[in-house]
Amino acid sequence: MKKEFIIAGFGGQGVLSMGKIFANSALMEGHEVTWFPAYGPEQRGGTANVTVIVSDERISSPIISQFDVAIILNQPSLERFEETIKPGGILIYDGYGICTPPKRKDISVYRIDAMDTAATMNNVKSFNMIVLGGLLKVVPIVNTENILQALRDTLPTRHHHLIPMNEEALRKGMEIVTPLHTL
Amino acid sequence: MTSTENKYILLKGNEAIAMAAIRIGCDGYFGYPITPQSEVLETLCNEKPWETTGMVVLQAESELASINMVYAGGATGKRVMTSSSSPGVALMQEGITYMAGAEIPGVIVNVQRGGPGLGTIQPSQADYNQSTRGGGNGDYEVIVLAPASVQEMADFVETAFDLAFKYRTPVIILSDGIIGQMMEKVMLPPFKARKTAEEIATLYPWAATGRDMKRKNNIFTSLDLDQERHERHNIHLQQKYATIKEEEVRYEEIMTEDAEYLVVAFGSAARIAQKAIEDCRSEGIKVGLLRPITLWPFPTKRVAELAGQVKGILCAEINAGQMVQDIRLAVEGKTPVSHYGRMGGMVPTPEEIAEVIRKQLVQE
Repeated sequence: MKKEFIIAGFGGQGVLSMGKIFANSALMEGHEVTWFPAYGPEQRGGTANVTVIVSDERISSPIISQFDVAIILNQPSLERFEETIKPGGILIYDGYGICTPPKRKDISVYRIDAMDTAATMNNVKSFNMIVLGGLLKVVPIVNTENILQALRDTLPTRHHHLIPMNEEALRKGMEIVTPLHTL
Repeated sequence: MTSTENKYILLKGNEAIAMAAIRIGCDGYFGYPITPQSEVLETLCNEKPWETTGMVVLQAESELASINMVYAGGATGKRVMTSSSSPGVALMQEGITYMAGAEIPGVIVNVQRGGPGLGTIQPSQADYNQSTRGGGNGDYEVIVLAPASVQEMADFVETAFDLAFKYRTPVIILSDGIIGQMMEKVMLPPFKARKTAEEIATLYPWAATGRDMKRKNNIFTSLDLDQERHERHNIHLQQKYATIKEEEVRYEEIMTEDAEYLVVAFGSAARIAQKAIEDCRSEGIKVGLLRPITLWPFPTKRVAELAGQVKGILCAEINAGQMVQDIRLAVEGKTPVSHYGRMGGMVPTPEEIAEVIRKQLVQE
């Protein structure tokens, strides 16, 4: 098994943290993982992306240009990464702020309105965990328990009271992710 | 301190350097922040090793100060290190040649970014020549280790200190923004106590320990106004370098047994090239990878042997063509040698390198 993910959106949305929690839980399940951020003069409101590879074998290149799964959280990222999804691959995107929806017919497309849902849940900061829930529903590569454990491991202890809220966000994401076009 | 005994954890390469330094009994770190390596200093400050192992962590006022603190710390027999990125390491070159001249051990980590000058903050391998040719003055060499994974970032800290003290020489860990910023699983080395003053006095009688009134002074300087004596010192250094060349060459080979073509790449470029090779192998192209782990001493003999086996060699590096010169010196015209690289912070994809293997290496 080897799956290559790109997670892309605005800086400040929790793209890198979401990738980190995901990579950590895959590691806990005994997989090989690499997490490589497009680091640069990134800032809140700019674009941010991270490549996560999960595999059962030693991973050679952490840098790749085609992906099995793309999690896309804004319009510029959709424009940049839609074409990089392998035929038969998966696109999950948040509809918020998307003016030109995905066009590819040779991939499965899912929509998750995490931005709106986070606002109705009165917790915009749980946005990335809603998205992660959606991803796990579509690609159940790690189990929810390990995600929560990874969260306990990565969050400083002073933030541990937020874990139940994150768990709720994960479950919400699993509920609201909607297939638009499946192969 | 985080509980991480005997289990794999997820760390950035930069974090692994810091965590490993604390664990292997490093006495001091002196550094100045610069992207893409600032997590080394940040991690050390978060871990507060001065409260546990007693390791000193200091943000110096500049890279010049950092390297001269390493000079002084190393002279006292302490295991001290610094880290920076390309322009910062350029500033340290004077200190490095002084350390080489005065035979002072120490570890310098370079998490390279694009140059020349201040350049970019994205990954690069353009400091190959700076590291292996000596950015400083005089006839000196520096052992250069090139990690290709987060695990090697952790493991090479102790290796670097062992080599630095075995040969009384500065050692560079030449990494880059890819390995520094990426996260992978890593098993950190077990805790070792820092060497006591007594151990240092016994193990390193050359060190400026200041404890024994009976022995003659241990003086550290790279200056000698007696040229004949200084030539003898130079001959001694060259003999030491010859021993290092004989004893310390390290490299890794992947799928070279039946290779008809060879890619030579180090550090992060070796990871990218490996994926290209896997793809080409699946198409039936018999291509292998040689990854030099020590850039100096360079695996000259092994490259020369493989040159007799293969029809062509491609050097893939993230620069304009630096290691390719060492390959050509080793190959001595026995087989064609070509180069592929990106510059200024741009990083090649596995597809790009695979295309060069198909179109250039195999066609030649």
